[in-house]
Amino acid sequence: MRWFLIDRFTEFVSKQYAVAVRSISLSEEAVDEYVPGIPAYPSSLIVEGMAQTGGILCSQISDFEQRMVLAKIMKLKMNAEAVPGDLLTLRAELQTHTADGAVIRGVVHRGDFVLAEMQLMFAILDDDRFQNIQLFEPAGFCRMLRVLKLFNVGVKEDGTPIKIPEFMLEAEQAELSVG
Amino acid sequence: MPSNEEVFEKVREALMDALGVDDDEVTPEATLVGDLGAESIDFLDIIFKVEKAFDIKIEREELFPEDVLSNAEYVQDGRVTEAGLAVLKERMPFADLTKFEENPIVQDFGNLLTVQDLCNYVSTKVA
Repeated sequence: MRWFLIDRFTEFVSKQYAVAVRSISLSEEAVDEYVPGIPAYPSSLIVEGMAQTGGILCSQISDFEQRMVLAKIMKLKMNAEAVPGDLLTLRAELQTHTADGAVIRGVVHRGDFVLAEMQLMFAILDDDRFQNIQLFEPAGFCRMLRVLKLFNVGVKEDGTPIKIPEFMLEAEQAELSVG
Repeated sequence: MPSNEEVFEKVREALMDALGVDDDEVTPEATLVGDLGAESIDFLDIIFKVEKAFDIKIEREELFPEDVLSNAEYVQDGRVTEAGLAVLKERMPFADLTKFEENPIVQDFGNLLTVQDLCNYVSTKVA
């Protein structure tokens, strides 16, 4: 994730759903400069925020070992623009998950108002065609998931906490050792 | 077991939804790539929708035998060999390969599958 398009997770139930929040600030370049003089948060970034919410929901199923990418916006309905001062709540629900990919339904709320609805498809990069392509460096990815509070709120279906995968902890340890 | 008409209607609905095409464009003879504009990533979408519509499980290799088309044993100079064609016919009894056999260029394979082929495939799965 090069940009953080969600601020943190507030709920996360493995294989079911994830809820994240995103506050929109005038100090963000994308808000201030997208249409100069008419500050608004670009709709494409709302979709990308949902892709991050849903992508992490889908990727967690394999303990983040599968490489998952946003493949297609299957449906999208934007009901209004987000503007500075808005607090958005992004909820992604897992609809389909197979060996090839996954589909989520996403709803973005501003208070009680439904700001956007969408359906996103993610594809899993297979080893045959996408060898040696690393989407995220494990230690950095782990740091990002910590920052997003995933391990603070995330639970498995049985209610037990989602633990940090071993390969991420090892990568973090290795990074610390080098430092 | 659904009738041929029921299978066609559900497949048509899935294709309209996945590809954003009109109902009159989805004819049995229409090819998914050439006529309906499906791109490679759309096939995953189509599979998801057809699986849901018919409550079936589709293995990607059954519909899109990439493993055969990328196998040096079955492809020479960009063309599918006799042995490769035999494997394709065995793997894809639901598809009409007659035209492809005349000039079996691997690159053209992607544009082979028609709506009817997809319906035929679904019928074998729901039977």
